[in-house]
Amino acid sequence: MQQIFNFVIRNKTFLLFLLLFSIALALTIQSHSYHRSKFINSANFLTGGVYGTMNSVDQYFDLKTTNAILSEENRQLREQLFNLKGTKDSSYIDSSYSKGHYKITIADLYKNSYSSTNNILTINKGKNDSIKQDFGVMTSNGIIGIIDNTSKNYATVLSILNVKSQINAKIKSTNHIGSLTWDGKSPVYVQLEDVSQFAPIKVGDTIETGGESSIFPKGIGIGTITSFETDISGDTYKIQVKLFNDMTNIGTVYILENLDRAEIQSLENKANE
Amino acid sequence: MNSVAGINMARFVLLLLLQVVICNHIDFLGYINPYIYIIFIFLFPVREDRLVLLFVSFLLGLTIDMFSDSGGVHAAAAVSLAYARPILLKSAFGMLYEHQSIKFSSTDIGSLMTYISLGTIIHHTILFSLEIFNISNILLILKKTLFSSIFTIILSVLIIILFSRNRK
Repeated sequence: MQQIFNFVIRNKTFLLFLLLFSIALALTIQSHSYHRSKFINSANFLTGGVYGTMNSVDQYFDLKTTNAILSEENRQLREQLFNLKGTKDSSYIDSSYSKGHYKITIADLYKNSYSSTNNILTINKGKNDSIKQDFGVMTSNGIIGIIDNTSKNYATVLSILNVKSQINAKIKSTNHIGSLTWDGKSPVYVQLEDVSQFAPIKVGDTIETGGESSIFPKGIGIGTITSFETDISGDTYKIQVKLFNDMTNIGTVYILENLDRAEIQSLENKANE
Repeated sequence: MNSVAGINMARFVLLLLLQVVICNHIDFLGYINPYIYIIFIFLFPVREDRLVLLFVSFLLGLTIDMFSDSGGVHAAAAVSLAYARPILLKSAFGMLYEHQSIKFSSTDIGSLMTYISLGTIIHHTILFSLEIFNISNILLILKKTLFSSIFTIILSVLIIILFSRNRK
């Protein structure tokens, strides 16, 4: 017994180092292997407060660009509105929102991140604004990511620039679907994988959300094809997609809540049983 | 004694805020960020208990992790740096360390550079290996380690020289 005590006292520095290092390593592995990092995340009172103060200063330097983005969006919406009026009598159906009803919440991005391989963003809406896990997040240009953790007033977003992210997407001109992933290299390009070899693909085609998951509605723009190659297996394409969004400069985001989500999920669960 | 603790606490908070508010968002050339919070570990008093240093470094790393949503990578790297510090001090300062009479504000630049460079490279290697966590991306790890280390070393040395009081 005496010897054990002596051993512990003699090596106390090394043992403490080993303990702390193992805790850190466990947290790291947990954040890599599970979809959600539960304990250490930036959706809390302390980090939210600091990022909030920073954001309120930061916003002033960006007012001009924000204005330009808003007026561009206004123009787009107005264009859609006028086009809609013109086609009301014909059998035109707006396919983008036909699947379900979506509730939209506006939020400010408090922390942007694009330089690591596991990018996670922080926004200033949380449980108090009835934001929950797995809501979609987008800007006027295209999708940003999916809500990951939420606290009372803040939430973290799993960015599409995260090697863990996988989002259902399709080619606009045809209906061939694939899954959108990121290889961790450039914040401008993402990859669309598992697209069937039979799909006719051209450089410059638009990629949009597929609407297969209940997170995003069908038809939100993602980016354009810049190049493509056949996968090693030979049956699928791997496509490089240039994002519409400038992921390095995001101010205001929209959070999408699918009001029919519970219904869709219960239906799918029933089919799986 | 009390003033030493006060200075270190102020340094802890200041470097933490500087790191998360400014340095995490520099993204020079898209991915290069300096990690200057390790200055705290470099400048921690030599005579103080090593257990305290280990524990405080862990806390510092974990707080940075919380702000940057990175699991526990900063905590692991900071604890390793804190544990390796005596070896670094011995190899950089030699006899001065053995006599426990190092004053960081009045050592010569060469030794200081060696000390900080070695420490930064150890810290960044562990940091990026754990962050990317994929041995097939070893080139990306080395690239990030190299460029971020250069950035961190330059900034750290500048900050230490700038804020040391009695350097001629």
